[in-house]
Amino acid sequence: MSDGQTVDSIVGRGNRDGAQLFRDWFENMTHAPERGEKSAYVFVMGSMAEILRVFDFHTVFPEINSLQTAVRRVAHEYLNTAEDYGYSPDVCGYVKADVAMQLQGGKHPMGRIPKPDIAVYTNACNTYIKWAEIWERMYHVPIFTLDVPGTRQHLGQTWPGHPDFEEDKKYVAAQLKELIATCEEVSGKKFDIDKLREIMTQANAMSRAWKRLLELNKNTPSVFNAVTDGTVYLGMANGFRGTEAGARYFNDVVEEMEYKVAHKIGTLHDEKYRLIFVGVPCYPIFRRFNEMFTELGGAFVSSTYLWFASGGTNLGLEYDVSRPLDSLAEGVLINVRHAMDSMFFQHQTLIDMIEPFKVDGVVYHPIKSCRTVSTGLADNRRALLAATDVGSLFIESDMMDKRVVSEAQLKNRIDAFFEGLATRKQMAGHQV
Amino acid sequence: MAYAAGVDVGSTQTKAVIINEDRQIVARSLIDTGANVVVAAENAYAEALKSMNLDEREVEYVIGTGYGRYKVTFGDAQITEISCHGRGAVHMFPGTRTVVDMGGQDTKAIRVSPTGEILDFCMNDKCAAGTGRFLGAAASALEIPLGELGEVALRAEKAVKISTTCTVFAESEVVSWLGKGKKIEDILLGVHQSIVSRSLGLMRRVGIEPEVSFTGGVTRNIGVVTVLNEQLGFPVNVSEDSHYMGALGAALFAMDRIMAGRVPVNGETEKA
Repeated sequence: MSDGQTVDSIVGRGNRDGAQLFRDWFENMTHAPERGEKSAYVFVMGSMAEILRVFDFHTVFPEINSLQTAVRRVAHEYLNTAEDYGYSPDVCGYVKADVAMQLQGGKHPMGRIPKPDIAVYTNACNTYIKWAEIWERMYHVPIFTLDVPGTRQHLGQTWPGHPDFEEDKKYVAAQLKELIATCEEVSGKKFDIDKLREIMTQANAMSRAWKRLLELNKNTPSVFNAVTDGTVYLGMANGFRGTEAGARYFNDVVEEMEYKVAHKIGTLHDEKYRLIFVGVPCYPIFRRFNEMFTELGGAFVSSTYLWFASGGTNLGLEYDVSRPLDSLAEGVLINVRHAMDSMFFQHQTLIDMIEPFKVDGVVYHPIKSCRTVSTGLADNRRALLAATDVGSLFIESDMMDKRVVSEAQLKNRIDAFFEGLATRKQMAGHQV
Repeated sequence: MAYAAGVDVGSTQTKAVIINEDRQIVARSLIDTGANVVVAAENAYAEALKSMNLDEREVEYVIGTGYGRYKVTFGDAQITEISCHGRGAVHMFPGTRTVVDMGGQDTKAIRVSPTGEILDFCMNDKCAAGTGRFLGAAASALEIPLGELGEVALRAEKAVKISTTCTVFAESEVVSWLGKGKKIEDILLGVHQSIVSRSLGLMRRVGIEPEVSFTGGVTRNIGVVTVLNEQLGFPVNVSEDSHYMGALGAALFAMDRIMAGRVPVNGETEKA
């Protein structure tokens, strides 16, 4: 294969394949009820796909369904429907878009979303719990809360072997057993531990590749955009976790990015500033939001979104399939806790990334309709600024509601941020 | 003698400033922006040129700033008003470390280094609470010319507490206080305290470090200046030219370009 052919076939493959697999995923989900297949509504921070796949549940992610309405510029129709029904403008936009979709029988721009047969969620977001109660009342289906102990104090995480961790693990393991019993009841299928081992093996391959992928962006130029490309990868990391297709996809993406590193193929022709994005993207103007940075030479090399919205699997933790349930409890505890920490205590990780990722600036993007991910950002930013002299930007909008997205105001702040970055580089004696 | 100009196209008013090589203001103009931003920029610049009998060919570099900066079609580059207010304030008051700019539709707090570098900034978000427009709503409700608001407010004996943070609702709250028999000056002082309080909130987010320079159109309101001084506990820097600070900063950046042989600086958008 010539180098030219390799470029054509490899570069951009992750986005192409991801888009196709994602369309197939929605198509498959649309026709699941016709085939008598059952669906589990789950969330990105602790989807429990490993267990649910043992029982052949389709994993349906309401967060992803909702954000897709914003990317496809129809979110306002769903939000208006939910608000007409009685939901406040202040309620989470993801919840409202989902409620509106349920009220319309699952109508969605990517297909038709099946009704839930069960909902499984963690406490990583407090809205998950109230959200699931809506389905419980709408459809009279069982809902299952997996309560994962969070970090008790900043930098106070404990690890396997520590008495606190072992106690927490027992607490999670007991809940997993309850979940398995509930799944057996809902699905009518018996639990198969060998099938769990196989699913965990595929999840291991994905976690390994996911961690490797994120680290590849330490290279200059950065080889993927953590906001735009990253969101495609996140969709795959959630929708295909525990599957052979998902593991293969991520191995291919790593291969693509290693190729780009070797050939110095970056996301921008002229990467001037390397940035980290903190928060949830602005989906109502997803492409434009990114362009306001890239057109001034800003490249997003990492994002906390890739950590918490992958359920903390960016740690690359691999299960020990010789002790599947015990290892799964351990993994769920570590990963979901990490997802929560990525929202609440991410500043130390960011500080530690400044040098290896050669970061020029950190962009904080709190969003109006998600208090969980946004509340701590002002404090985290202060901590970052106290510890480093990196540039930072604090801009607010929303992940769903374009009524609170002001492009002119965002542009003004972003331009000023880049003017500041330019001054910093000049004063540091760099010619950019 | 080289001349440089800055044109600040704001939401309410457009300002133009021309400076000489000694970085002194030699001409200024101020007009209402109106509906046509391009024409406003052209008219403000033409007025400034005319006041000094300058030909536009004598001005070597023009920078546009403000929300309409990309509509300054004759400009050589654009820089945000955040950078320009910081630069202008440090030039006019070299001890400046914090800038509070109150304009027609936005208020911003800016922390600057001794050289005018923007260290941090914060702005009101997606609503006009705590901006000049808030004063405009009160002036409209009370039927008092905008230019007299400050003086009337300072005659107050006991300020009324204005609780709304919404510019639209401010008008109805003012009217409701009138209905309760409150004095106009007491209501107005409450309005002034309300917008200063909002501005202080922004300033605290970037950190208040003296000296504080006050810029933008609201600097012409003596009531806001007085209340700001009281609430800060020390006097802010303010001058007759504080209204022109954004345009001045833009002109100073323009003069830098002339002196640097027009070498483009990254982070700013150079005209193609």
